[in-house]
Amino acid sequence: MLGLDADQLRADMNRLLAFLFHQGILDEQFLQLQQLQDENSPNFVSEVVNIYFHESEKLLRNLRSLLTMDRELLSFDKIGIHLNQFIGSSSSIGAQRVRNICVAFRAASDNNNRTGCLRSLEVLEHEHCILKNKLHELFQIEQQILLAAAVRYPVLN
Amino acid sequence: MGWAAEPKFHILAVVDSIIDRKLIERLLKTSSYQVATVDSGTKALEFLGYIKMAQSTQIHHLLLLIITGFMEVEVNLVITDYCMPGMTGYDLLKKIKESSSLRNMPVVIMSSENITSRITRCLEEGAEIFFLKPVRLSDLSKLRPHMLKTKLKDHNQKQEEKTAFQSPKQQKVQQQEQQQQQQSNNNKRKAIDEGLSHLRRTT
Repeated sequence: MLGLDADQLRADMNRLLAFLFHQGILDEQFLQLQQLQDENSPNFVSEVVNIYFHESEKLLRNLRSLLTMDRELLSFDKIGIHLNQFIGSSSSIGAQRVRNICVAFRAASDNNNRTGCLRSLEVLEHEHCILKNKLHELFQIEQQILLAAAVRYPVLN
Repeated sequence: MGWAAEPKFHILAVVDSIIDRKLIERLLKTSSYQVATVDSGTKALEFLGYIKMAQSTQIHHLLLLIITGFMEVEVNLVITDYCMPGMTGYDLLKKIKESSSLRNMPVVIMSSENITSRITRCLEEGAEIFFLKPVRLSDLSKLRPHMLKTKLKDHNQKQEEKTAFQSPKQQKVQQQEQQQQQQSNNNKRKAIDEGLSHLRRTT
């Protein structure tokens, strides 16, 4: 045996999911995504999540560069637009904590509060990193479950 | 695989965010609707224009497939985001309702913000439903009756026009309009029939 126990892995996955929901890192929208995954669209969740991180990393880079501009050039309007996008896509995948930080960030931006914005950005980058690591972990366990199932029930031709 | 007896509904989704576009497409397909997506109001109007053009000039349905990815010459409902750069969902709604050829098209608006004045404005302008995002599968089951209702309304409108009392001048204009409507419906039916006979089921 390769040491892959599908039952153990499934328990690990459920524990991780429970943790993510309990901590408010994910909300029920993520469950909605999982429900949309089926034989017709077997990689739907990971596809959507990959698109999300591709977009969110770009948004974070842009936010960072917008906030490090000189005061005279600083555009809170542009920051607001980026944040609206970030809030929208985070809501769509169920990334609750990231979304909530963006909302607070937007409030600071609406008040032209540069310091508040910088602080929010730090927290956002941190939370985004946690989310990315946890979801990566989740998909890895999923892959291992599939692998374990294949090993247990090899296809004989 | 045999043909399903129930009608297929074609929905045009107008969403500028890539993620939301992917999501709404999956949601609509899971609900057994045919879907086309565009990322702006301008493109939506172009798309709807192609459909109308094809309906009135009998462009072969294969050519339409190449242009639009839609096998059949029909859009039964437009679902659009409210917040979009350039033309907003509200602007698109207005343009559709102001257009003589698109006026009866059911339009549904989606927004992540629960602003009463926004919702009222959209409903007053003629939107069928206003969905708060994130949209759920259960929300989409509400679309069917609005698409069925419009198909029925179009049919009843024609019946009413036949029996209403009119001045001779009105009658002439009415006759011309009826003829045009009849013609486009015939084309639509013809295109659908042709489409149906050539279509291979994929699922």
